[in-house]
Amino acid sequence: MDNIKTKDLLKIKHLLGINGMCREDLELILKTSASFKQILDTPNKKVAALKGITVVNMFFENSTRTKLSFEMAEKRLSADVVNFAASSSSLKKGETLIDTARNIEAMKIDMVVMRHSTPGAHKMLLDNLDSIIINAGDGAHEHPTQAILDLMTITEKIPDLKGKRVTLVGDIVHSRVAMSNIHALKLYGAKVQLCGPATLIPKDIEKLGVEVTYDLEEAIQNSDVMNILRIQLERHVGPSFPSLREYHNFWGITNEKLAKANNDILILHPGPMNRGVEIDDDVADGDHQVILEQVLNGVASRMAILYLLSANIGGIK
Amino acid sequence: MINNILLNKSNFEELPENCVIINGTIIDPYKGKEYSSDIKIVNGIISEIKESIPTTETDLIIDAKDKFISPGFMDMHVHLREPGYEQAENFITGTNAAMSGGFTRIATMPNTSPCVDNIFVYNDICRRTEDLLVKVHQIPAVTSERKGKTLVEMTELINNGVLAFSDDGDGIQSGEAMKGALQYASMFKVPILVHEEDKSFLDGVMNESLSSTELGMAGIPNIAESSMIARDIEIARYVDGITHFQHISAKESVKLIRAAKLEGLKVTSEVTPHHFSLTDEKVKTFSTDFKMNPPLRTKEDIDEILLGLKDGTIDVIASDHAPHTPEKKNVEFDFAPFGVLGIETLFSVGIKYLVKTNVLSLMDFLKKITINPRKILNLDQDILSEGKTAELTIFDNKSEWKVDRRKLQSKSINTCYHDEKLNGLVHCVINNSKIYRR
Ligand SMILES: [Zn+2]
Repeated sequence: MDNIKTKDLLKIKHLLGINGMCREDLELILKTSASFKQILDTPNKKVAALKGITVVNMFFENSTRTKLSFEMAEKRLSADVVNFAASSSSLKKGETLIDTARNIEAMKIDMVVMRHSTPGAHKMLLDNLDSIIINAGDGAHEHPTQAILDLMTITEKIPDLKGKRVTLVGDIVHSRVAMSNIHALKLYGAKVQLCGPATLIPKDIEKLGVEVTYDLEEAIQNSDVMNILRIQLERHVGPSFPSLREYHNFWGITNEKLAKANNDILILHPGPMNRGVEIDDDVADGDHQVILEQVLNGVASRMAILYLLSANIGGIK
Repeated sequence: MINNILLNKSNFEELPENCVIINGTIIDPYKGKEYSSDIKIVNGIISEIKESIPTTETDLIIDAKDKFISPGFMDMHVHLREPGYEQAENFITGTNAAMSGGFTRIATMPNTSPCVDNIFVYNDICRRTEDLLVKVHQIPAVTSERKGKTLVEMTELINNGVLAFSDDGDGIQSGEAMKGALQYASMFKVPILVHEEDKSFLDGVMNESLSSTELGMAGIPNIAESSMIARDIEIARYVDGITHFQHISAKESVKLIRAAKLEGLKVTSEVTPHHFSLTDEKVKTFSTDFKMNPPLRTKEDIDEILLGLKDGTIDVIASDHAPHTPEKKNVEFDFAPFGVLGIETLFSVGIKYLVKTNVLSLMDFLKKITINPRKILNLDQDILSEGKTAELTIFDNKSEWKVDRRKLQSKSINTCYHDEKLNGLVHCVINNSKIYRR
């Protein structure tokens, strides 16, 4: 525990997005995450860092993994954890988001972790609550903790990202992971490349200083890291692309295609995977992937974020 | 039981029998003249326009020193929300807002509840607004319940004073319905006012652009508007119809309309103040006061709109005044309704962003809010003449004032100019033998 006790404070008071964050904050989070990861490897995985602190997980959208990861992180830190789940559409019919959040806050809580379908929903919490706010995904806007765990996983293998090319593959337009990853990777000096069908690349994104290619083979050859995004099965077949079969043929990652990659290429996937669509078994379980490492790092980095932000409890606004 | 309307009061007074406006400068876009003159009004009629009118035996002297006197402003795109949505606005609060913005005449859109798609609702609205200072021209729907299928009974409505039709709020999706409407209305030389939006594109909440990409929001592309305009220009040519394009926002739309006008087609267009003064970057605040349809676009779109305003492609500046209650607006961005206030800030936004920046002269700006909308709707444009009903607006183009949404006359507060400093102020409007003074 002593190696975690740090006097360093984050410049951010809440974690709403990577956009606008500075590299020093990310570095502090990664450093702290590494320490927590060591603790997760010891027999007694629990620390008392958030003892007496109450964290509410408000999930207005299904997300088994992110919710589980946060809950695990909170419990490892000895926080009191309350879960609130509702679909945002049912919320729409009755009580407003602000009322719901105020009600929960009135029960004396300290931190709110929220997943919501609407970009910017966290700004409403920030404007109306005194709690520390952590964004667990707002629509296709930001998912900062995912970007941080991805960054942690990548920098464990490639400590200096400057000039390295990281490619996000697949459904960029509907992804909450993409934008946060782009911001984080750029802070670390990486070249960011996007690869997928033109219909899944959002408008004018190259103006953010990223490269766009539709050719997966080209991307495989020039990348140091590939982050394979999930294709949302229910969403696309129609105007965006012809079929999952065609998607798999041209943008699915297979060992065959990876033969042309450099030997140390890293394969990430934020999960849950559609095996046989965007990623094949032989890749998902192969030598290049660090997918389960991402899961472990997810808990460690969320512990770090909760811990570092908790320094502000009671002392902001 | 207390009628909601009784809780609100109109801000005008009856105009005394004999009035003289002195020391002012008349600016008359119809005659294209600007000159110093006094105006005498007797029983609500302009009896004399002359350099120096004696003020003896006058009930009211209005000193217009350092101010302009122009024909009353007209806003041809307003939502008054009555009947049906009086929590957001009603005839009294809406026309109070109009007066405070300098407007003596407004055309109101039919997306009310019930929809204005028949003579009975139309006549009821006429009856309930006839004693106001502001003349309310209710525009009925083009199609029954604005569903884009069956035409409303246009002949009967036109015979009762209807000036135009609009399904505003929705684009007319069916080409066949649009063709029929244009053809039918053109028998009476009446225009169809069109909200251009192809709904087969994705349902977005803001402009599709770099900003929507960064925000992860669903976008409404420029082509949802411009492709519909392209279709309707083709239909207008084919049936020789009279088409007015409402609240255009995309640069492509301006180019299409410019070409159609050059060709001599009977097309006109309008733009709102927010579409020439604000970009979609504003959405990054996540404030739903920047959520409207069509959405705020980019700098390039604004540049083309300014060109269009200069070269006459865009005839009219209209507010698309769209009040919504805070309860409706103060929700997640995706769930908030489209629409922003506009009628109280239109003039001052125009002075600040068009006149002070030399995009338009004061005269050319005034044309777009006085005679051009009247011309499109076949109303008299020669207003500042002896013998005509006194319908005028007195303003200055220098004052600076800060918008405070709590001080607006509108019943709602969803303005996108809150806390912004604007230029030019309306001091007085006169119409229908009534006077409003700030
Ligand atoms: Zn409209």
